[in-house]
Amino acid sequence: MKRLAPWGLLLALLTPFVLVAAPAITGAAQKQPLNVTAVIMFLVFVAATLGITYWASKRTRTAREFYTAGGGITGFQNGLAIAGDYMSAASFLGISGLVFASGYDGLIYSIGWLVGWPIIMFLIAEQIRNLGKFTFADVTSYRFGQTQIRTMAAISSLVVVAFYLIAQMVGAGTLIQLLFGLDYWLAVVIVGVLMMTYVIFGGMTATTWVQIIKATLLLAGATFMALAALAHFGFSPEEMFRQATEHNAKGLAIMGPGALIKDPINAISLGLALMFGTAGLPHILMRFFTVPNAKEARKSVFYATGFIGYFYILTFIIGFSAITLLAQNPDFFKPDALVNGVVQNPAGLIGGTNMVAIKLAEAVGGNLFLGFISAVAFATILAVVSGLTLAGASAISHDLYASVIAKGRVNEATELKVSRYATFGLGIVAIGLGIAFQKQNVAFMVGLAFAIAASANFPVLVASIFWGRMTTRGAFIGGFAGLITALVLTIMSKAVWGDTLGNLGADGKPVGLIGLDNPAIISIPVAFICIWLFSRLDNSDRAKSEIAMFEAQKVRCETGIGAEGASGH
Amino acid sequence: MTTDSVEAIKRHPLYGELVCKRKFFSYNLTLLMLAIYFGFILTVAFNKQVLAIPLSPGSVTTVGIPVGIAVIVSAFVLTGIYVYRANGEFDRLTKAIREDLQ
Repeated sequence: MKRLAPWGLLLALLTPFVLVAAPAITGAAQKQPLNVTAVIMFLVFVAATLGITYWASKRTRTAREFYTAGGGITGFQNGLAIAGDYMSAASFLGISGLVFASGYDGLIYSIGWLVGWPIIMFLIAEQIRNLGKFTFADVTSYRFGQTQIRTMAAISSLVVVAFYLIAQMVGAGTLIQLLFGLDYWLAVVIVGVLMMTYVIFGGMTATTWVQIIKATLLLAGATFMALAALAHFGFSPEEMFRQATEHNAKGLAIMGPGALIKDPINAISLGLALMFGTAGLPHILMRFFTVPNAKEARKSVFYATGFIGYFYILTFIIGFSAITLLAQNPDFFKPDALVNGVVQNPAGLIGGTNMVAIKLAEAVGGNLFLGFISAVAFATILAVVSGLTLAGASAISHDLYASVIAKGRVNEATELKVSRYATFGLGIVAIGLGIAFQKQNVAFMVGLAFAIAASANFPVLVASIFWGRMTTRGAFIGGFAGLITALVLTIMSKAVWGDTLGNLGADGKPVGLIGLDNPAIISIPVAFICIWLFSRLDNSDRAKSEIAMFEAQKVRCETGIGAEGASGH
Repeated sequence: MTTDSVEAIKRHPLYGELVCKRKFFSYNLTLLMLAIYFGFILTVAFNKQVLAIPLSPGSVTTVGIPVGIAVIVSAFVLTGIYVYRANGEFDRLTKAIREDLQ
């Protein structure tokens, strides 16, 4: 306990600052008393991961080791790491909260997040393993003008990473405040400093192992929670559903689709963004370079899909069982949210619906398990932001610095140094933006990151692999057209134009300039059409030689002969 | 990779077979996944009451629950089918091409 005393003093000294910042947190999120069990478990996790970082730092001397962990990760390990990247705190807490509040809609939502994985498997995974080296831009620039394509890929990667990172940082600050009773800014700084430490010293090796450990802890914790919850219903899903409908004011309505899907156009647009966005996320794509060959790359996706699908089924059970189990304890709810043991208003759960999984941990496993799940949620954020930062740093050092600025005339030591500076810079920016955006509505940012990944990275990547007629000009214009269209349409949507910028309609409610919530249904076709049109119109000599190079690219893509780091036997 | 080895691989009879088989296989699996997912989403968008029908008279569990779980499981099974064939048949073809060229 003594060790915590200086912390208390620090908090006391900073209280005036905290009081100013406090109203920013949304109404429901109030700072909790310091949760000692959770803090101790989290410190154990941090100590273990710093130990791994120290070990990893000794094996992170070359650029290849920094970017790809030396290519020695197995398919199973990489599958866990990829699943870890994808099972963010937002999906664990957010989806279980959505199931708790709306029932079946939560399942529809999580299905959207899963179905991008088979697409990655069939069209992307082994191809980029065979064609690339450190970043997915290696693939898109394989036969094209390095300067243009790398610039385009690096910018769209950084934009995706930035939005994703801001959303994670703001989520981290709010969540940690709730779970641990730390101040928002302190939580953001702790996350930022730890993530910089992992990435700068341990590179991809540390980032991967942090992710693997966290994924294992999260899967184990969620499995225990789901089983312990199901035990209350005699392991009968029917019984769990029946009691849930009795304890939720919406009754049987929670057993079918509700208000999540408003109209077919928005449904398809969101579906496209989730499905193809996953295949354009730079921090996911870079994981395919950490395995030795195409065979292991395929296995990674198979295991990752299994883990992620299993995890979503667990969050579904957690959310549904929480309706009944949390309704037993009026202390979990604000007055009027729970009447006669029936949840009238799910948002009246103290701490908000994001706290469903955390409260259920307390209900089924007591204070110790509550501490464990809180620590796992913190670890989850930490691992995800580390992966994102490494992807952003690779875009800066490998694509922008080594290929565009230095034109490939750079030695490995310098590139490695630049990537570490870039990590440090990104960490500082992430902390700054995390604090700056505290008061902003950042809910749209993950959706925007997926939309840009689906509209800029994915079309260029797929066309460069499968369409021999694409030229530098087509890829460059098409990629930027997708990026800009996605960005502009998102700004015009209700989430940004109305909710964030505060434009109100005649009825005084936030409005958008367009009725589309997610731009993918327009921006993905725009990107593909521009790629096709400007490639076709490109009759330059360079275009002809690029088209001629497709055969060699295809042979390498299909057979893996000549692939980076591939074993030749 | 030199132009010569690219030409040699392209001329190899098994290369054409590999490219053709893999293309057919991966495109069809992609279409199947798209059909399953958008079939599900469009059912939700246009005819959502179908998913809210009880599994059997008197049960609370609806048709939508096993259907939703089936979409999740199908994603996993389809990736499994791809890995099984790619790590087996396709890798054998690739290996045969590599060995012939050495």
